[in-house]
Amino acid sequence: MFEKVFSGSPRYWTWILGLACVIGIGFYFYLRQLEYGLGVTGLSRDVTWGFYIAQLTFLVGVAASAVMVVLPYYLHDYKAFGKLAVLGEFLAVAAVTMCLLFVMVDIGQPFRALNMFLHPTPNSILFWDAFVLNGYLVLNALITRVTLVAERKNESPPKWIKPIIYLSIPWAVSIHTVTAFLYCGLGARPFWMTAILAPRFLASAFASGPSLLILIMLIARKLTRFDPGKEAINKLAQITTYAMITNLFFIALEMFTAFYSNIPEHMIHFQYMFFGVDGKSALVPWMWTSVLAALGSLVILLNPRARQSYQLLATACVLVFSSIWIDKGMGMVVTGFVPSPLGKVNEYMPTLPEVMISLAIYAIGLLMVTVFYKIALSVRGEVEAPAAVVAQEEPAR
Amino acid sequence: MGDDRRRFLKVAGVTLLAVGGAPVLTTLAQDKSSGHGNATAGAKRFAMVIDLKRCEQEQGCTLCSEACHREHNVPDFGNPKDEVKWIWKETYEHAFPSEEYSYAPERVAGPMPVMCNHCDHPPCVRVCPTKATWKRDDGIVMMDWHRCIGCRYCMVACPYSSRSFNWRNPRPFIKQLNADFPTRTKGVVEKCTMCEERLSDGLAPACVAACKAKAMTFGNLADPNSEVRKLLRDGYALRRNPGLGTLPQIYYLV
Amino acid sequence: MHDSGKILAGLVVFGALVTFPVWYHAAWGGPLVKPRLPADLAEKECIAPTAYMREHHMELLNSWRAQVVRDGHRSWTGENGRQWRASLTKTCLRCHANKADFCDTCHSSAGVKPVCFDCHVDPKGKN
Repeated sequence: MFEKVFSGSPRYWTWILGLACVIGIGFYFYLRQLEYGLGVTGLSRDVTWGFYIAQLTFLVGVAASAVMVVLPYYLHDYKAFGKLAVLGEFLAVAAVTMCLLFVMVDIGQPFRALNMFLHPTPNSILFWDAFVLNGYLVLNALITRVTLVAERKNESPPKWIKPIIYLSIPWAVSIHTVTAFLYCGLGARPFWMTAILAPRFLASAFASGPSLLILIMLIARKLTRFDPGKEAINKLAQITTYAMITNLFFIALEMFTAFYSNIPEHMIHFQYMFFGVDGKSALVPWMWTSVLAALGSLVILLNPRARQSYQLLATACVLVFSSIWIDKGMGMVVTGFVPSPLGKVNEYMPTLPEVMISLAIYAIGLLMVTVFYKIALSVRGEVEAPAAVVAQEEPAR
Repeated sequence: MGDDRRRFLKVAGVTLLAVGGAPVLTTLAQDKSSGHGNATAGAKRFAMVIDLKRCEQEQGCTLCSEACHREHNVPDFGNPKDEVKWIWKETYEHAFPSEEYSYAPERVAGPMPVMCNHCDHPPCVRVCPTKATWKRDDGIVMMDWHRCIGCRYCMVACPYSSRSFNWRNPRPFIKQLNADFPTRTKGVVEKCTMCEERLSDGLAPACVAACKAKAMTFGNLADPNSEVRKLLRDGYALRRNPGLGTLPQIYYLV
Repeated sequence: MHDSGKILAGLVVFGALVTFPVWYHAAWGGPLVKPRLPADLAEKECIAPTAYMREHHMELLNSWRAQVVRDGHRSWTGENGRQWRASLTKTCLRCHANKADFCDTCHSSAGVKPVCFDCHVDPKGKN
């Protein structure tokens, strides 16, 4: 199957080469970080987690959201997602790999990373997060491989994979719940001390993941002969709509609790995010962008007729994705540190090396998605219409 | 499919209950004091009492932190971003942010020394994924700098900002190297260890020994006749953010 | 079957490459330097026989590290019952005072880079 990766149009190779360049540049900056230490980042004594962990949190959501195609297809036998299920799982594999890479670049002594498994510590949520993320990676890698091989042979997948697929459903929920537990059990950080953090993570995940999947589907539709079908895309758009509304509802609940209770240590973080504290307001423009993008996306998504237009739908998906990327990434993680538990306002902004290293990890993810989808679509081509293989691999236009 | 789904939901439900319920049950089953008291009942419980009135007599004095940082090869980077510190002085509003009121500085102005509280329920220990930090039987929250992977989760969990990270190689930034104590390497977290290396030689912690005003007293809370227990009997002490249930063991006499 | 020449050539190149450290050292590595101790030592015996220390010093140091840092036990009893302070800087380096003449001689020629002195202070050295 893997040989499909090595044949493609000039456009395909340009894209691969571009990604490789971004990865190379990021790798150079990572070597610099290894040499100098994490001081190359904008992090400090007060803000100890930043851009890397923000991306981890966001991408765990993207990974978990595969369940939004897997569950309807395998549990409810929702046929329209037949073509999508394996693509959703591939997206999960890429996303969870990026998560693990973001953990690796964030730790100060990466060569000691295995200490986490040499000295397993069940009372640490980070230990569980590493465990469930790796587990999720293994599950999805196995499921995609087995179902794709079966599909190539024109057979239905073997029986023994069914329970593993079922296991992957609660496992997806678990990776995001555990990631929320990283934050929401810390007395030192009132901003995260909220039982709704895990549900909120899941809601935003089920909006950001499917919106990304829609975007990828729309791009694939343009560049290849692959078409997931109108019904599948509509259903994904519906899922995104409900999840986005739920997400915003949960955020509103948090604000009510913080401001009605009038407890300073709960209010001040929201004040910092949206208005700034002590004249320090680095996140303010970002947070309002996130709010506007969220509202803009709802204007389109809440209108079923607008959702039908692929162009408007794509716009809405970009808005949903960027809104949640800001809010759940930098907004959620960095605000927890500002002000510090001692009431000091020290701000954080990522530095160039940090951004370049992160871009490289995203490029690795995109490369994985490209390669996986190429394999999957090629296999599909063989299965559905042997004569059309060549045509399918060439761009439609 | 329908049958499959029903079976799936049953199994999933039972699993969720088991997974969600286990931590709650184990916490309830553990013998922990429910209030804000003192949970340790061992033969030794090291603690420190700091007399704020005495400390205030020496305005601008930094002997405690100087002694500590010299003893433990704590680097001075000269900028707040890379800063590493074990003990330092903080004003009342930052040391006791939840206890703040407008007239408090008239009574306790500070700045006062703050450091690791060597909590009885240390959140840093709870979150560390490698057991690189743990609570010893005598109550000291200890660190193993060989083990630390530098994830900084302990710094996220500490409600007192007592921990520092080596954002870069500290060696060039140590003015006088003390050959009897190691430095740290880049990429690990560090903090006050209550001078456990001095205690094992029968010496008082460096900050206590250096304090000109005799404002800091170190001792064993498990011994009712100890100096620290006497001080707590005769005066009233505050602890930093006790509402979090961390049971800090640095007491501030007001 | 037609490529046996290429395969053999490939094997030769591969063999040469993997044994590179061995023949490089034999040809250009220079003579092995023996670790040296200062001449006038107050201490007459090491904590364990030289042969044992040569092979196992790293394990011993690791176990000292664990017992001191993690268990707070600072004393260690040698085979002959003598008590020692389990400390790299306060016991070992008292005699083996010159890291460059002692530790580095073997470590450099063996290409081993222990991280001990990233943190522990070599009293005679620059770091």
